[in-house]
Amino acid sequence: MSSIHQVFEKAKSENRAALIAYLPAGFPTIDGSIAIMQEMLNSGVDLVEIGVPYSDPLMDGPIIQQAVEVALHNKTGINEVMHIVKEVSKSGKPVLTMSYWSPIEKWGIDKFAKQMNQSGGVGVITPDLPPDESAAWITATDENEIDRVFVVAPSSSDERLKLVTNKVTGFVYAASLMGVTGTRSEVSSRAAELVNRVRKHTQLPIAVGLGVSNSDQAHEVAQFADGVIVGSAFVNVILDQPNLKDSIAAVAQLCKDFARGVHKG
Amino acid sequence: MTTFLQDLHKIDDQTGHFGQFGGRFVPEALISALDQLEAEYLKAVIDPKFNEDFQNLLKDYVGRPSPLTEAKNFSKHAGGARVFLKREDLNHTGSHKINNVIGQALLTVRMGKKRIIAETGAGQHGVATATAAALFGLECIIYMGEEDTVRQSLNVARMKLLGATVVPVTSGTKTLKDAINEAMRDWVTNVETTHYLLGTVAGPHPFPTIGRNFHSIIGVEARQQILEKTGKLPTAVTACVGGGSNAIGLFHPFILDKDVQLHGYEAAGDGIETGRHAATLSGGTIGILHGTRSYVLQDENGQTLPSHSISAGLDYPGVGPEHAWLKDSGRAFYHPITDTEAMDAFSLLSRTEGIIPAIETAHAIAGTVKLGKELGKDAVIVINCSGRGDKDVETAAKWFKLT
Ligand SMILES: Cc1ncc(COP(=O)(O)O)c(C=O)c1O
Repeated sequence: MSSIHQVFEKAKSENRAALIAYLPAGFPTIDGSIAIMQEMLNSGVDLVEIGVPYSDPLMDGPIIQQAVEVALHNKTGINEVMHIVKEVSKSGKPVLTMSYWSPIEKWGIDKFAKQMNQSGGVGVITPDLPPDESAAWITATDENEIDRVFVVAPSSSDERLKLVTNKVTGFVYAASLMGVTGTRSEVSSRAAELVNRVRKHTQLPIAVGLGVSNSDQAHEVAQFADGVIVGSAFVNVILDQPNLKDSIAAVAQLCKDFARGVHKG
Repeated sequence: MTTFLQDLHKIDDQTGHFGQFGGRFVPEALISALDQLEAEYLKAVIDPKFNEDFQNLLKDYVGRPSPLTEAKNFSKHAGGARVFLKREDLNHTGSHKINNVIGQALLTVRMGKKRIIAETGAGQHGVATATAAALFGLECIIYMGEEDTVRQSLNVARMKLLGATVVPVTSGTKTLKDAINEAMRDWVTNVETTHYLLGTVAGPHPFPTIGRNFHSIIGVEARQQILEKTGKLPTAVTACVGGGSNAIGLFHPFILDKDVQLHGYEAAGDGIETGRHAATLSGGTIGILHGTRSYVLQDENGQTLPSHSISAGLDYPGVGPEHAWLKDSGRAFYHPITDTEAMDAFSLLSRTEGIIPAIETAHAIAGTVKLGKELGKDAVIVINCSGRGDKDVETAAKWFKLT
């Protein structure tokens, strides 16, 4: 069983969903992103997704776009991402990266998977790589024992759900709504329906992301999903703080709120 | 009997790959819309009614066939070769862009969608899309880089007059690349009610294929017209290459004519060696941008590099995947043309033929001056005169210090 599965098993045994946090690598600084993610994992987060900054983040709303611009300004390339993965993995908790396909393909598909493994990372989420184009990636991730997470969406047909979930290892990432990342005032009604449809095709844990903005929403999602993914809400509080020390404190507080939220019942 | 569009429809493989290029690198949320578009297109291709509607609109609304004009005075400057201009500048709205727009607007109506969105660089695709939206009664949103809204302000006003909403894009480099990002963000949010009318032959499958087929009317007509005028096939056909739509439209019907050379001209801006250019095929490497694998201007981390050109319509760090394939297979040749060379040619065509081309088109004119000198006076060259220069008068006046 991979370390990702252990996290979901543990959460289940505690009658809750796993709490998954997303943060772009190199935001607000390279060392700052390490410190914040370490704090997240100390404050109730089970698993982190480290975003690989990309110049054309067409699935991201304004909040994450802003963070990614800062990260690119800080010269966060893939070598820097691997350094961050290595440092955060020392926590002993599972660390994934989340990357648009362009950086991985350019860097070298096999090289990226191998370096993830060497840095202690356990999985990679590729939101714009459909399984249809993923033959080389499947080989690379299998050979380097890296879990491979693909995303499903409310618009996915049952046929697509079957195709995608067949190629996933680790967990299935269910996009709660049709749209880009960002905070939302309520949980999309389509999230639960999607999770139920995905369950017919896989035994793997299913985590829901996109738009989960506060602990009440996390609670709502935790009733039907195995994991709750939070991204923009963290970036938002960091953007609001004047310095790293305050950012860490604010993120810790938010993590504790979310950690309370993800309990079932 | 096969239909007009069926004859043009030669998908190289069912998943939209051109060798290693093309494909779909998009979020899962968009896959169903791309599948729907492809399915609708494949049905439309064999539907006689759709073919009739498309061909009638091209004839009565766009004004096709566009003439093939011999440029006899210009010829002296191009080594004495016989040069013909395929006059896409005379189409309604002033460029080739309308061919693809009419086709995709008809598909939008067939799919029952009521809202279209598009990106635009020079504003020509935005104007063509806003025009079709007015004609078909569709809501229309155009994303345009803030920098481009300034250098192509005339087209911004045209789009607004036609009833479209123009959204200036302030993220990233504030040009065409970022306008596409913003259009994609809109599409992923509103995909169930909205068609993304992508304006060139880049992007995920099926856009490169359907864009090419709707534009192939350019080459089909040109081939027939040059045979009528000269009794033989041309030595070469030439076009400027931004995303590659006007070029592929002219090239495609000649691909099997092995003796006809295909030459594309990219924007070299200040010169490829300066790094300030948009010559993707000449100066880029293989990578992913906007959902397709092709040549891209990018660094070793897969980050897209900013492009530069005096021409907003060529100022794009990617290029359609079929051109990448034509380049690597050796069937077509691609060359860089600097801002200065293009502006010299802009002036040359204006003064020798009384035709003010778009600055995009001027890159093909400049390339043909060089090519004509190489091929000599026995050569016959057809240039895709992809658009007219009205939109560029302000930029040209500044360049030539006319005001
Ligand atoms: C007149 C004209 N020619 C050429 C282009 C370049 O696009 P493409 O390479 O897709 O033909 C544009 C784009 O705006 C244009 O307006």
